[in-house]
Amino acid sequence: MKYLVLVMAGLWRRKLRTALTLFSVLVAFVLFAYLSAIRVGLGQGVDVAGADRMFVWHAVSLAQPLPVSYLDRIRRIPGVKLVIHQSWFGGVYQDPKNFFAQMPVEPEPFLQMYPEYLLPEEQKEAWLRTRTGAIVGRRTAERFGFKIGDRIPLQTGIWMKEDGSTTWEFDIVGIFDGAKPGTDLTPMFFRYDYFDETRGVGKGLVGWYVVRVEDPSLAPAVARAIEREFANSSAEVKAESEKAFLQSWAKQIGDIGLILTAILSAVFFTILLVAGNTMAQSVRERTAELGVLKAMGFTHGQVLGLVLAESCLLSGTGCVLGLALGWLATAGGDPTGGALPVFYFPGKDMAAGLGLGLLLGLASGALPAWQAMRLRVAEALRRH
Amino acid sequence: MSAVDSKTGAGVGGAVAEGTPLVRLRGVEKVYERGAAPVRVLERLDLDVARGEFLALMGPSGSGKSTLLNLIGGLDRPTRGAVIVGGVRVDRLDETQLAAWRARHVGFVFQFYNLLPALSAARNVELPLLLTSLSRAERRRRVETALRIVGLAHRLRHHPGQLSGGEQQRVGIARAIVTDPTLLMCDEPTGDLDRQSAEAVLDLLQSLCRRHGKTIIMVTHDPHASARADRTVYLYKGRVVEELPA
Ligand SMILES: Nc1ncnc2c1ncn2[C@@H]1O[C@H](COP(=O)(O)OP(=O)(O)OP(=O)(O)O)[C@@H](O)[C@H]1O
Ligand SMILES: [Mg+2]
Repeated sequence: MKYLVLVMAGLWRRKLRTALTLFSVLVAFVLFAYLSAIRVGLGQGVDVAGADRMFVWHAVSLAQPLPVSYLDRIRRIPGVKLVIHQSWFGGVYQDPKNFFAQMPVEPEPFLQMYPEYLLPEEQKEAWLRTRTGAIVGRRTAERFGFKIGDRIPLQTGIWMKEDGSTTWEFDIVGIFDGAKPGTDLTPMFFRYDYFDETRGVGKGLVGWYVVRVEDPSLAPAVARAIEREFANSSAEVKAESEKAFLQSWAKQIGDIGLILTAILSAVFFTILLVAGNTMAQSVRERTAELGVLKAMGFTHGQVLGLVLAESCLLSGTGCVLGLALGWLATAGGDPTGGALPVFYFPGKDMAAGLGLGLLLGLASGALPAWQAMRLRVAEALRRH
Repeated sequence: MSAVDSKTGAGVGGAVAEGTPLVRLRGVEKVYERGAAPVRVLERLDLDVARGEFLALMGPSGSGKSTLLNLIGGLDRPTRGAVIVGGVRVDRLDETQLAAWRARHVGFVFQFYNLLPALSAARNVELPLLLTSLSRAERRRRVETALRIVGLAHRLRHHPGQLSGGEQQRVGIARAIVTDPTLLMCDEPTGDLDRQSAEAVLDLLQSLCRRHGKTIIMVTHDPHASARADRTVYLYKGRVVEELPA
């Protein structure tokens, strides 16, 4: 600790240069945090997908509906523990820009299927009591200022009501949080019985099924059994695990992730050169000073440690400040207003960032430190 | 450090009998291998420096004065010969032992002061003490004492840039004496100073020798400076002579 003053003296020698280098490192780590959050947004949900959940779609296309009668037939297939259906509502709140997903579901089995949605017990009961009740994720509720007790209207171009109107009204009875940071807190869920009775078209049809299997290892076999059950019917189905589904979706934008990684690599390589150059210059300028330290009795190893400590302090400070700023910048959530419903800087990336900062410090200081270590006192003092 | 201490016995100031020279050089040679042509700087050089002596070392530029100083101060090793300081074969210590030996027994004063510009005078003087196990308070006390001896107790917090050349050199001297070494090695300590500042530095060196018992070896080109020493020797053709041949 007593050597800290010496480490600081090295960095303080050229304040402007140190500040500029620090700033470059800081910017790199802000970028790191931000791109991490974007990558999380793009790979949305894959990490939190339940291994024991799968989707059952119409074999022809995701947009084709399935009969609600499939529910009982799927439930009877061995290995199936729970099955629910969901549909796409596609309503608009005030302005088409205000996008968020809404889906009619059956409350109880739905909440069983998705334990990651945390809904207080009394709100759940209110939902069961209220036919027009809807629950909404915390993020969307905060975005539009929805409160429990609010009645909100949604316009729909798909689901005309029996009376010919296209405006649906829902009573907000619950606001749910996520059990994990990756949980999508933007959608709204409302009751299927209200939906089916009120809609003028498509009665008895649902969008897709979500199935929970008794054992994740059974998932492929159960998927095949489900597909077989509806083979040669008017609506054949395709079953795939939630993870596989999300992954195939994520793969389409996976290339973007690759590009992000490439950008980050280039940025960090540049920063390594910047920080390395700073340290190299600093050591070169201080040849005589380092020689004096050695004359006083500092060992080669101590001088090596001193230079490495300097470069690690420089990179480390930039790293910590950058990550903190990046964390603040991403804490506000989705900056795109809907395109990236899950947007946060994950803890494990934060840890990776800290590791990267240390690595940067060591790598940028390695060569100058080695040169400082090899410096012979008599020669260092001659150079003037 | 303990390894060195056992090797140095009681240390520079210890059990060596009074009367034996503190510094003894015998048959010292120094050859620099520069490219293909080796440069012979010192040849079969002998030199004794008594304990408490103030010795001035003169000679033409390139004659090897700094080289000799480096050998005695343990900054470099001779190609051949023995360098004995306080009974220790300095030429036989390895790098780590040398570093520890220097920390304990030698203080260096340089022509260009070589202070760390980002540190205050007090912090600069404290540097050699960082290598000791002294407490913060004790380090502070010693720094103040050293700065008082060089007459700069009131400039503790000033940075080198805020001090004159002469004052910087006095801070340099305080840094050299703060560990209370026996031997003070000064390479042209007044070389970059005006007459008046130089005189102040020489007064200081003289009193360090007379009143504090330091053994001082000072390289200089300046006859005024060497006049302050107890004895002046010259380097000539790789050897030490008492007088330069005309
Ligand atoms: N590391 C080295 N490698 C090669 N040659 C060296 C080295 N150090 C010193 N020399 C040579 O040794 C000779 C003596 O150098 P030294 O610095 O000891 O002289 P000096 O008497 O101190 O000179 P000055 O009065 O200019 O300081 C010079 O010719 C110098 O070029
Ligand atoms: Mg010289």
